[in-house]
Amino acid sequence: MADQALDGAASRPLLSLRNVNMTFGGVKALKNVSFEVLPGEVHCLAGENGSGKSTLIKVITGVYRPEAGAVIDYDGQSYSHMSPVTAQAGGIQVIWQDLALFPEMTVAENIAFQTVIARWPRLVNYAEMRRVATNALQRLGVTLDVDLALHHFPIAQRQIVAIARALVGQAKLVFMDEPTASLTQSETDYLLDIVRNLSASGVAVVFVSHRLAEVLEISSRVTVLRDGALVGVYPTKGLTQSRITELMTGKTFGYSALHRDLGTSPVMLEVKGLSRPGEFQDVSLTVRRGETLGITGLLGAGRTELALTLFGMRKPKSGSVVLDGNPVRFGSNRDAIAAGVAYLSEDRLSLGLIQPQAIADNMVVASLDKILSRGFISSDRKRSLVNRWIRDLGVKIGKQDDAISTLSGGNQQRVAIAKWLATDPKLLILDAPTVGVDVGARAGIFDIVSKLADSGLAIILISDEVPEVYFNADRVLHMAQGRIVGEYAPCATTLQAIEEAVYA
Amino acid sequence: MRRFVRSHATELALLAVIAVICVFLSFATDRFFTLGNAFDLLNTSSVNIIFAVGLLVVLIAGGIDISFAVAASVVQYLTATVLGWVGGGNWIVGLIIAGALGVALGCINAFLIHGFRIISIVATISTFNIFFGLLMFFTGGVSIYNLPDWLTTRVVLFEREMADGTWAEITLPVLIMAICVFATWALITRTTTGRQLYAFGDNPEGARRFGINIGAMQFIAFGWLGMMAGIAGLVQGHYAQEVVPNALYGRELDVLAAAVLGGARLGGGKGSVLGCILGVLLVSITQNGLNLMGVSPFAFKMIVGAIILAAITLSNTSIERLLPFLKSRRVPS
Amino acid sequence: MTVLIDRARNALGPELAGPLAAFAVVMVVFGIAAPNFLSRATFGSVAFQLPELGLLTLAMLLPILTGGLNLAITFTANMAGLTLAWVLQSQGGVDAGIGAFVLGSVLAVAVGALSGLIMGLVIAYTKAHPILVSLSMMIFLRGLGEFLTRGGDVSGIPGFLARIGYSSIFGIPVPLLIFIASVLIWHILLTRMKLGFNTYMIGSNIEATRYSGINTRKVQVLVYTLSGAMCAVAGIIMLARFNSVRVGHGESYLLITVLACFLGGVNPFGGFGRVIPVFVALVVLQLLSSGLNLMGANQHLATAVWGILMITVMILRWLAGRLKFLNTNRG
Repeated sequence: MADQALDGAASRPLLSLRNVNMTFGGVKALKNVSFEVLPGEVHCLAGENGSGKSTLIKVITGVYRPEAGAVIDYDGQSYSHMSPVTAQAGGIQVIWQDLALFPEMTVAENIAFQTVIARWPRLVNYAEMRRVATNALQRLGVTLDVDLALHHFPIAQRQIVAIARALVGQAKLVFMDEPTASLTQSETDYLLDIVRNLSASGVAVVFVSHRLAEVLEISSRVTVLRDGALVGVYPTKGLTQSRITELMTGKTFGYSALHRDLGTSPVMLEVKGLSRPGEFQDVSLTVRRGETLGITGLLGAGRTELALTLFGMRKPKSGSVVLDGNPVRFGSNRDAIAAGVAYLSEDRLSLGLIQPQAIADNMVVASLDKILSRGFISSDRKRSLVNRWIRDLGVKIGKQDDAISTLSGGNQQRVAIAKWLATDPKLLILDAPTVGVDVGARAGIFDIVSKLADSGLAIILISDEVPEVYFNADRVLHMAQGRIVGEYAPCATTLQAIEEAVYA
Repeated sequence: MRRFVRSHATELALLAVIAVICVFLSFATDRFFTLGNAFDLLNTSSVNIIFAVGLLVVLIAGGIDISFAVAASVVQYLTATVLGWVGGGNWIVGLIIAGALGVALGCINAFLIHGFRIISIVATISTFNIFFGLLMFFTGGVSIYNLPDWLTTRVVLFEREMADGTWAEITLPVLIMAICVFATWALITRTTTGRQLYAFGDNPEGARRFGINIGAMQFIAFGWLGMMAGIAGLVQGHYAQEVVPNALYGRELDVLAAAVLGGARLGGGKGSVLGCILGVLLVSITQNGLNLMGVSPFAFKMIVGAIILAAITLSNTSIERLLPFLKSRRVPS
Repeated sequence: MTVLIDRARNALGPELAGPLAAFAVVMVVFGIAAPNFLSRATFGSVAFQLPELGLLTLAMLLPILTGGLNLAITFTANMAGLTLAWVLQSQGGVDAGIGAFVLGSVLAVAVGALSGLIMGLVIAYTKAHPILVSLSMMIFLRGLGEFLTRGGDVSGIPGFLARIGYSSIFGIPVPLLIFIASVLIWHILLTRMKLGFNTYMIGSNIEATRYSGINTRKVQVLVYTLSGAMCAVAGIIMLARFNSVRVGHGESYLLITVLACFLGGVNPFGGFGRVIPVFVALVVLQLLSSGLNLMGANQHLATAVWGILMITVMILRWLAGRLKFLNTNRG
């Protein structure tokens, strides 16, 4: 579409794709997509979950073979499809979100692991490994102790190691899949510097991220995908976060901020001066019955730590918590659940749900006492409870006994919400409830949240996506470095104002 | 220095514990701190150390093997029989036969694990029963006493008469053990194959993405343990001067405990030859010391069990908690 | 009708297919090969041998469901047996009364439970690997037992206890009745009780279970304690059967119990597995050894055949998985 001519005269594209189509089980994952990367540029691939970003990367790296008619031009050669071997030989490297590193091995071995991959066994040349690793790190402008096992390093430095490993493979084009997802702000800044260095040394970087602030900061151009189709390619200069959001979602946000009158509603939760050194300090907040309080802020701001403390899984150093008029001090999350606090974890895969187990079992695990009859689990009660929640929350399942992992992200999240509603909570804390949930299903989740608030539940909604809290919360707290630094009423503030404050 | 401490925490802790025990025993008994006794310890620990370094390779690759000790019994018996057929033979022939038979048995495990995706503990518990059941069935539990002369003759490599008239000796099993230890050390730390084994045990999915041949890893790991088990079997036969079908039954768990005590991790990716040896030595030094102190042999098994239980409990409460200055910013992966 | 089948399937679990198929094969093969196989004698010997291995397998089952293992089961059973034997001895040996037996049994179960409790505490609070904890407990108990008995037998058991070991009620041997009762208790525990429910959840993901408000440490401690108590029941039965206790008695059962659990479809990583299929798997194992016995083979060949059966079942499961995979990919 527009703006493709940018710098076009100056350099030929390193990579250029046209007419890429992919279909999975009758669903079109990519619809006639084209994509282009210039040598040495930082290019951003933006789109919501399920927009086709990772499918596109897998086509480029040869994991998937596109339908006939596709043209892939890379580094002066033309292909109808790539293979993992041609992609790697041509210098295309991907840094996956899970990094695929070896924690017990040294940094040098992780970076130079390519040198121990050989058809026939050879002696290991540790000196050569160290040299290769140090060189790669030097190119990034980083010094690490290459002889120390990787597990001694924090996640941000492991990310660096993964990048250094990609450089050893003579990379010309590096894809980074959500590299900042688990980094704190200062770590992210560090990483962005590295990306700039890479770009300056002539390596093209495709940055995949849903964090718009970073997108704007690092890239020169942005390609936006939506529902498997290309929306357009835009020079970053002149874009704003809200504009990218519009492009990604295709909505001009006809939503308006909430207008609920909660003036007389009784206070459900009152927190005063809550502190846990190193995590959060002096946090005070109140949530009324029927109110949704949004908490936003960057990763590492202490949001999840605060939530876990309210949920009784960590103990506060000082401060007080009053729930429904009673001062509370929880010894464990069991006390919190009994008192009426529920916490939906941000990590649905490994903490929120017990993935291999049945849907029904996951729904009742937190409220087993309710399905007991004379001390024994009543399968009739269990079935009727589960049926009720499946109906009320509109969960689409095959059988109750199917494993949770057979459900889509959105349906899994509904099951997780049902699990907590079954405990009859007074306060529901939702930590990043839309992570890994498709765009279409997110609205459904927030419909449920809104109905729950209307029924009198107090809700805390935590998210690092400002629009999510802006449109779904009555009040928004901004948390940074463990402190509450701002409070906004969406009906009296613009989205941009909050975004600017948060991403500043 | 600090880096060395951090990357060898288990080995250093074990060394410290062994040192404390040794100092205590040297004061408590007059026999313990002698060359003769030290050599004695080495002679008696040889078989277990050979087993342990073999098992280490499988543990590093993320597997577990329950069958290796009874496999060693099978090898012992078959080797003795084969040697009977060919008549005579010598140490080289014996070791080659035993090693080859061991590799074959190990490869059966690898084949089941890789070919049919059976989890290693399930596969090797099955082969444990198969090996042992068939061995006892075909031999009827009868021992072999008429072994070739070269196998039953003690081979003393080094001896010295001590002041009190006793003899300090190093025997052939120690040399074989040293060769096995060196070979395993070279395999896992000096060859590309060894590093691939570590990587495979550490992060199988990551290793697969790098194009490591997963099947080859299983065959190498279990084949190596098989070879070590075969050799250990022959050495044990030499040591005991007879081949008893159920002599090694139950040894697998003792060796496993020693290997893990030495820092090998169930689940793969971690473990060292040094740690393994120290793990075995800790157990045998304790037994030896209690023996010299005149403690009832029935009691010292119990004490060894209690020490292992305490060591495992302590090592899991993390060395870093005990030695706070080592504390690193460790992020769970 | 379909509702009933559904209910039955729910109660028994999909794991039952494998053991039942193995059961059918064993019945048919030996029914043809050994003409006297389908006789009272065969079932008599199965009924007689099943309880010891069976009770120890039940003790192994719970820890495996949590994703662990209890390698100390046989020596825990020995220690419990010793406890009972000593109480009986101190109360007059062969002349000891029923009161001494009751007291001794209670103490025996307490000793078994204590061994489990210690393991459970170590596992729950230090997060040490259960294989290691139970392995060191096994080494410790073996040493303790040998120390206390000096490696010998403890005998001098009153006659009524031996009679319990060999008597029958309605034609069913008393040990078998105790075993069946234990199977039912374990079945109810796992399908109908909170502890059982949480055992499965912990086996699949202990952290997610903790986040759901389950006291996971308590569950782990209880699981190992119950496992130890069940070992004690096995130890008491063994004492009644052999009229004496020796440390190391039943040692060879240890890995067979793990095999029986896996054969019964229990997931080696925990989280899935039911009692009834394990029960059927145990019956299959005993039928196999009885059948082989009839044909002149000994227990050692039966042990090997058990291993081969396990491998065969695993290969068949693998094949079934492959077929399913190929079918879905074609469709």
